[in-house]
Amino acid sequence: MVIGDIRELLDAECLWDHDHLNTKVDGAFGCDLMSDCLAFVDERIVLLTGLTNPQVIRTAEMLDINAIVFVRGKIPPQEVIDMAKDMGIALLATKHTLYTSCGILYSNGLKGISIGGME
Amino acid sequence: MDEKEKNTGIKLEYEIIKDDFSRAGEASSNIKRVLRQLGIDSSVIRKTAIATYEAEINVVIHSEGGKMVVNIEPDKIEITAKDNGPGIKDIDQAMQKGFSTASQKVRELGFGAGMGLPNMKRSCDEFYIESEFGKGTTVKMIFKL
Ligand SMILES: Nc1ncnc2c1ncn2[C@@H]1O[C@H](COP(=O)(O)OP(=O)(O)OP(=O)(O)O)[C@@H](O)[C@H]1O
Ligand SMILES: [Mg+2]
Repeated sequence: MVIGDIRELLDAECLWDHDHLNTKVDGAFGCDLMSDCLAFVDERIVLLTGLTNPQVIRTAEMLDINAIVFVRGKIPPQEVIDMAKDMGIALLATKHTLYTSCGILYSNGLKGISIGGME
Repeated sequence: MDEKEKNTGIKLEYEIIKDDFSRAGEASSNIKRVLRQLGIDSSVIRKTAIATYEAEINVVIHSEGGKMVVNIEPDKIEITAKDNGPGIKDIDQAMQKGFSTASQKVRELGFGAGMGLPNMKRSCDEFYIESEFGKGTTVKMIFKL
């Protein structure tokens, strides 16, 4: 699935003018716990979260994640958007909840990750 | 930041400030950028970045502040996070997955799962932790190149 598909399926808004719509992702991970994300994510995924602080962008940066979807209508502050822009991380915002967003993506073929070395 | 280059390798040093949530992660971000400029293998960079970031966040959220020192040598990357206290009472307990004393505020930021130390240990090739309760904690991680 490409990021453009995710935008369409979730009826999401792009928070800055990136050129990632054709970038592919292999799966998705949804959570509001960045340390779990750091522990479990092992693939090129899109991160879905309701958190909007700078550490979300930092976490994505460390994990080489290039797209984040903010759920439940949350919009991060401008400085957080600017940070993502500097790093080239695509930001999308949807009004759907985390559960619904994940459900829509999953039922359209985007799989979850397998839990890596931390089981 | 202080960047010294010796013929033996590269040494980087960063001051980490207690409770500075907006800047937390800047040191790790910088370190990641340097590793990339050096053309280090991307899977090593990723592991190093994850572990460095976890170590940096721990200094920000659990300690009185401290510093991170990075030594990049031809055959390894060595990361040391050293803080000024309060130290860890029971290291075995702290190393367990799920153990956390993080405050409500830290949890709201997305940390406090008790996954940081186990993740650091798993991500590096050699992991050392030393702590004196009342004094401070030093975490040292080595990544082979
Ligand atoms: N530098 C430190 N100084 C004092 N205590 C620490 C330090 N690092 C870790 N600890 C203690 O060890 C516990 C476990 O650390 P760990 O990094 O595994 O989890 P966490 O930081 O609480 O949550 P997470 O890393 O998942 O966000 C912490 O909750 C804290 O009590
Ligand atoms: Mg931690």
